[in-house]
Amino acid sequence: MIEAILSYEFLQNAFAAGLIIGVIAPLLGVFIVVRRLSLIADALSHVTLAGIAGSLYLSQSVASLALLNPLFLGIAASVAGSVLIERLRSLYKHYEELAIPIILSAGIGFGAIFISLAQGFSNDLFGYLFGSVSAVSRQDLLIVAGIAVVVLAFIYFFFKELFVLSFDDEYARASGLPAKWIHFMFMIVTALVIAGSMRIVGILLVSSLMTIPVATAMRVTKSFKQTIILSIIFGEVSVITGLVTAFYFDLAPGGTIVVTSIFLLLLVIAYKKIMVSLKKGAIA
Amino acid sequence: MVAPLIDIKDISFEYEQTKALDNISMKVEEGDFLAILGPNGSGKSTLLKIMLGLIKPSKGKIELFGVDAKNFKNREWIGYVSQKSNSFNSGFPATVEEVVAGGLAKKTGLFHRLPKSAHQEVAEALEAVGMQDFMGRSVSELSGGQQQRIFIARALVAKPKVLILDEPTVGVDHQNVQAFYDMLASLNRDKNITLVLVTHDVDTVTDRITHVACLNQTIHFHGFKEQLHTMSDEQREAWYGHSVRKIHHIGGSHA
Repeated sequence: MIEAILSYEFLQNAFAAGLIIGVIAPLLGVFIVVRRLSLIADALSHVTLAGIAGSLYLSQSVASLALLNPLFLGIAASVAGSVLIERLRSLYKHYEELAIPIILSAGIGFGAIFISLAQGFSNDLFGYLFGSVSAVSRQDLLIVAGIAVVVLAFIYFFFKELFVLSFDDEYARASGLPAKWIHFMFMIVTALVIAGSMRIVGILLVSSLMTIPVATAMRVTKSFKQTIILSIIFGEVSVITGLVTAFYFDLAPGGTIVVTSIFLLLLVIAYKKIMVSLKKGAIA
Repeated sequence: MVAPLIDIKDISFEYEQTKALDNISMKVEEGDFLAILGPNGSGKSTLLKIMLGLIKPSKGKIELFGVDAKNFKNREWIGYVSQKSNSFNSGFPATVEEVVAGGLAKKTGLFHRLPKSAHQEVAEALEAVGMQDFMGRSVSELSGGQQQRIFIARALVAKPKVLILDEPTVGVDHQNVQAFYDMLASLNRDKNITLVLVTHDVDTVTDRITHVACLNQTIHFHGFKEQLHTMSDEQREAWYGHSVRKIHHIGGSHA
């Protein structure tokens, strides 16, 4: 496997991008899960689909855009989607969750129109929906690396504010933190991570890499920092195992990565149950 | 002359055309332990939120430490403890230390990491609320009363001059409410922290407070608790309707 990675550029790209995503998706995912925004990640991934499909259609029909990397329009759609979700959430103050199905269905709706307008990119599309080991270009890798720099800088510089906002947003506002701006930046960064992760995990499964490792970590951790570290470890184990399996068995990496993360989750739940029953046994 | 810590001047506020507060004027001076009392829907929490700048009044203005609230920069001087049930996600994976250190976020400033002294400051704040042994515990494992003490520690860690509490004993066991108010009273007495709280625990809070404000859209009384008996029966009824009996004893045996 290592030999194959050293010989083929496409594998280097896929693994390097995978390792980066394995860090940033669960890292941001911790904040998404504790803020109960998991479904927003799903809505944004579907909006990204609309951007990708639109870009693939444009590159077919407009000659000068033939070489346009679909990731750019995907990122633009995802960021625009995050802004729209916030606008809708403030419009429907008492029904904030309504923003999610509205944006999600708008994403699929536009995606479906572009997909049916442009014939013959079913192979490409499959890769975007479920991820691909072979389709990650050097440019894709550079975009993912650029997104990672933005995410890590954002978390590093705003960690304490993000923590306070996640724990108790009313307190964050009352204590004078710029909660509105930090939340807005958080949504933009989330949109970037979703668009960046999509090449490896696929649009339909990208939110799971942000949530399942976190759900797994939360079963066994006490502190917020522990949750972050363990989520990243579970994320990386899922990505590496998933990519290797996908390469050897010629499967979509999105599927293998997510199934690995689900397997880890079940393992941790079982471990926790055994520990609890052992403790009870010891007390009895 | 020292400016009042909080100076509310002719504040009015409407929720979708329904008047919630009508021409409220009130001063909170250094060292006060003020309880804002009133029936449900009397605008108590709204008044606190206006003091905190969480909502803007439709009329009037508010000064904090002698400065117009709009230009007030030292927000860390005002600690806030919200109704626990409102804003806290009880399954949150965080230790007591992490939650309390969150109280230093504003004081530390944007783009800066928490200072090394944060650990010691958190320990001191926890000691002030009698929770020094809980530093490493997960906050979701604590009882309602313990969690509320943690939130007070979070407000105290930035060394505020005023602490504003909104129904702080919601979710606290009945047996622990007394001890909770004793702790607040000692913060007021020993650490000279000015306290403003909204509560329904009229019977319990009476012995500890210094000032009372009777609110029902407008201020019906504001002053030392000992002077409350000067309110006439008509004023009491205008303030609290017919169910005023339980709060009569606040002003001593006169009421």
